[in-house]
Amino acid sequence: MNLRFSLNGEQTALDVSPWRRLLDVLREDLALTGTKEGCGEGECGACTVLVDGEAVCSCLVAAGQVEGREVRTVEGLGDGAVARAVREELVSFGGTQCGICTPGIAVCAVRALEREPDASRDRLRELLAGNICRCTGYQLIVDALECAAARGRGEGAE
Amino acid sequence: MADPSRVSGDPALAVGVSIPRVDGRAKVRGRALYVDDLTAEGMLHGQTVRSRVPHGVLRAIRQDPDFDWSGITVATAADIPGENVVALIEDDQPALVPIGGRVRHPDEAVALVAAPTRARAREAADHIELDIEPLPASFTIEESLAGEVVLYGDDNVMRRFDVQKGQDVERALAEADFVIDGTYRTGPQEQMYIEPQGVMAAWDDQGACRLTGSMQCPYYVHKAIARLTALPPEKVVIAQSVTGGGFGGKEEYPSMIGAHAAVLARASGAPVKLVYDRDEDIGATTKRHPARVHHRLGVMKDGTIVAQDVDVVLDGGAYVTLSPVVLSRAVLHATGPYRCPNVRIVGRAVATNVSPHGAFRGFGAPQTTFPYERQIDKAARQLGIEPFEMRRRNMLELGDETATGQTLSYSVGGPAALARAEAAAGSAPPRELAPAEQGTPVRRGRGLAFYYHGAGFTGSGEEKLAGRATVALCEGGGFEVRSSSTDIGQGTLTIFAQLAAAALGVDVGLVRVPEPETGSVPDSGPTVASRTCMVVGGVVERAASALRRRIEAWADEQGIDAPMDELGRRAAGELGEISETAQYSPPPGIEWDDDSYTGSAYAVYGWAACVVDVAVDLDTYEVQVERCIHAVDVGKAIHPIIVKGQIEGGTLQALGWALWEHVAYERGSVVNRRMTDCIVPTFADAPELETIIVEEPYPHGPHGAKGVGEIPMDGPAAAVANALEDALGAPFDAVPALPEHIARALAQAERAPVSKNEREVIS
Ligand code: FES
Ligand code: FES
Repeated sequence: MNLRFSLNGEQTALDVSPWRRLLDVLREDLALTGTKEGCGEGECGACTVLVDGEAVCSCLVAAGQVEGREVRTVEGLGDGAVARAVREELVSFGGTQCGICTPGIAVCAVRALEREPDASRDRLRELLAGNICRCTGYQLIVDALECAAARGRGEGAE
Repeated sequence: MADPSRVSGDPALAVGVSIPRVDGRAKVRGRALYVDDLTAEGMLHGQTVRSRVPHGVLRAIRQDPDFDWSGITVATAADIPGENVVALIEDDQPALVPIGGRVRHPDEAVALVAAPTRARAREAADHIELDIEPLPASFTIEESLAGEVVLYGDDNVMRRFDVQKGQDVERALAEADFVIDGTYRTGPQEQMYIEPQGVMAAWDDQGACRLTGSMQCPYYVHKAIARLTALPPEKVVIAQSVTGGGFGGKEEYPSMIGAHAAVLARASGAPVKLVYDRDEDIGATTKRHPARVHHRLGVMKDGTIVAQDVDVVLDGGAYVTLSPVVLSRAVLHATGPYRCPNVRIVGRAVATNVSPHGAFRGFGAPQTTFPYERQIDKAARQLGIEPFEMRRRNMLELGDETATGQTLSYSVGGPAALARAEAAAGSAPPRELAPAEQGTPVRRGRGLAFYYHGAGFTGSGEEKLAGRATVALCEGGGFEVRSSSTDIGQGTLTIFAQLAAAALGVDVGLVRVPEPETGSVPDSGPTVASRTCMVVGGVVERAASALRRRIEAWADEQGIDAPMDELGRRAAGELGEISETAQYSPPPGIEWDDDSYTGSAYAVYGWAACVVDVAVDLDTYEVQVERCIHAVDVGKAIHPIIVKGQIEGGTLQALGWALWEHVAYERGSVVNRRMTDCIVPTFADAPELETIIVEEPYPHGPHGAKGVGEIPMDGPAAAVANALEDALGAPFDAVPALPEHIARALAQAERAPVSKNEREVIS
């Protein structure tokens, strides 16, 4: 099919089978390899992207399902205050180790903090429960996001 | 909340400061390239056809004549140009089972397929039929020891180690006031790095073979591929791509995948990428060795330990792989960080028809730490001695001797770790407290574990290995650290940059640490055994110091007096690239006898204490870890946040192993091959981790640093089991303790008026 959708803010059209996984279309056809595959079955969250602002596992989405919709990947998170704070604090707090989970966590966290800027540590843990990280034990990620949230609310140092 | 320190321009501050990880920005933007992100002109996708039979003889490989094979390459053992072996410790494992050869486990690779798309490759693999004549198989430690099916030697014992100390241990046990006798089982564990394993291979016109992939040890892969391809070493190049976690799981298996990718690329004449799906990764790659440990502990009424008799059996799986080394570490850690005059340890690794078990953080030590920390806890309970006090009375201190007769003369951080954990933990929570919002009865308990972990290779391992590293002054005046140590998430690139910058006296931003590629970097030894910072980091530091001296000598000759960064720029302009390579040399006083298993088992040890508070839901038997306090002695934290991240990552893996992570086998094959049922802890399962970094410097490590990677994995499982016993009054002697196990243990404890624990004590 001729698939049309908005990708990271730009209208995109390409000829693909509607049944292919969105993950593969992004990685293979569009060379957006920031979206990772950890399990291919909706369990790890490494493949998280935003579709119309909702965080979804792109390994579970068929390409045809995003026709006419807005898709945002880690490459297109932009330089808004929340996105910048999430990226910078993940690095400075040690919230990324091997980094394979990091793009998915960044995408999910940006959405979470844009919706719930006051999210507590426990709430952050709930919001990110679909993203698995095997390296960090999560503590430093939660620290990073707590700080990013404060910055997003204009409390922390820029 | 920790406040991370920001970058500092002062080189004197390069060490001990948490600079932003050098690879952090690329990772957080999704720009870091992992193996599956790589592609090449005309690249094919590989797929592996596996035996699906645990034991048998391969009679034939057939391609379905009705399938369209156009554009597809099929390779078998006959396509291997060199030796059909995955070279490691013994040469018993083939890369592909040949016709007429023995299939020894259900995930054994038999044939390979390459196709232009992954889907086509998968489809083609499904159209290859194997004819395997089945043989009787054995799947457990007990079946292997019974010896009805002989898989290795004449008794299935792949390796045995013995440690003896003091007088006859039976006599010592007979003279003890109490003997605690217990049998412990720990289960297999999946590393579950989030990036599945994969390697890409290509051959060039000159007949050289180049592999790029997700791996811990490029030179292990190099050795294996050179043998497999019969190429001279310089014609085999192994490059590490950014690697999404390893934890030991990418120590040996990349040699297997690399072998397969190399064979397929040669047979097809195209570059081949072989990346596993999650189910294949869980099914085929190595797990932590399942273990059975029988432990007898002799104690006096005042709590003094007088004897330990330990029998350790590991299930090695179908091939020897790394089992001897894992067993060695299991044995050397089996009596714990305690003074004990009389010791007998027997360790055996046995063969089964299960995919080989292998390296996983802790490397045998968690399997023996669990038993001894359960035993000492039972002894304390029996004697009415408070758990911290029981450890304090017996713990190794400066000047004490270990089970192998090593006198500890420096860097004994045990007492400090125990004290810091005790102070942070405060008093235990009340045992029963039903939170109103839950409305279900909950029982609480607290458990302690105390342990140590030898850093670096065992015995004379480091000396034999003689790891090397190079520091170079490059064009333009930048510096480069070249070593084969990989960054698999644990921060090697950043820490090496810090160590080199500090030794050179330049800003850390001037030091580059590229991902290793054999041929361009010296062999620093494998990235395992908590040795990267302590051993290779020390070598990097020495190479950097030598380079600094050389540049300074040149500057003296030229009569130039300037800071190092300027000297570097000018020297690079005049002299071009110059470099210094250093080699590991062991610290003085380290002697080890491999035959008697006596002497200095490790140059130094890390020490740790872990306190866990659990709440058990008495309706569902679910366990909540409410607090986890972990004090770990690392010598010196070169980068405190990286160290904290290492401790916390390891701690959660250990809690997972204790409570949730269960790999189920049926006839040698993993049944739960998906992340849905082979679960690891999520953000929501993880407790807030309370981490305490203890620094008891190692005089021969860089700035005092010793290993940190593995020790956090060793003890928390015992702390959890001790907490469960504290909460429920029933013994928990197996890992993992799933809700069904807890229900069973409680039912048993109710039936038996005297607890199992007490019955096992002979006074
Ligand atoms: S790859 Fe999509 S959830 Fe794991
Ligand atoms: S950083 Fe490795 S999985 Fe999260």
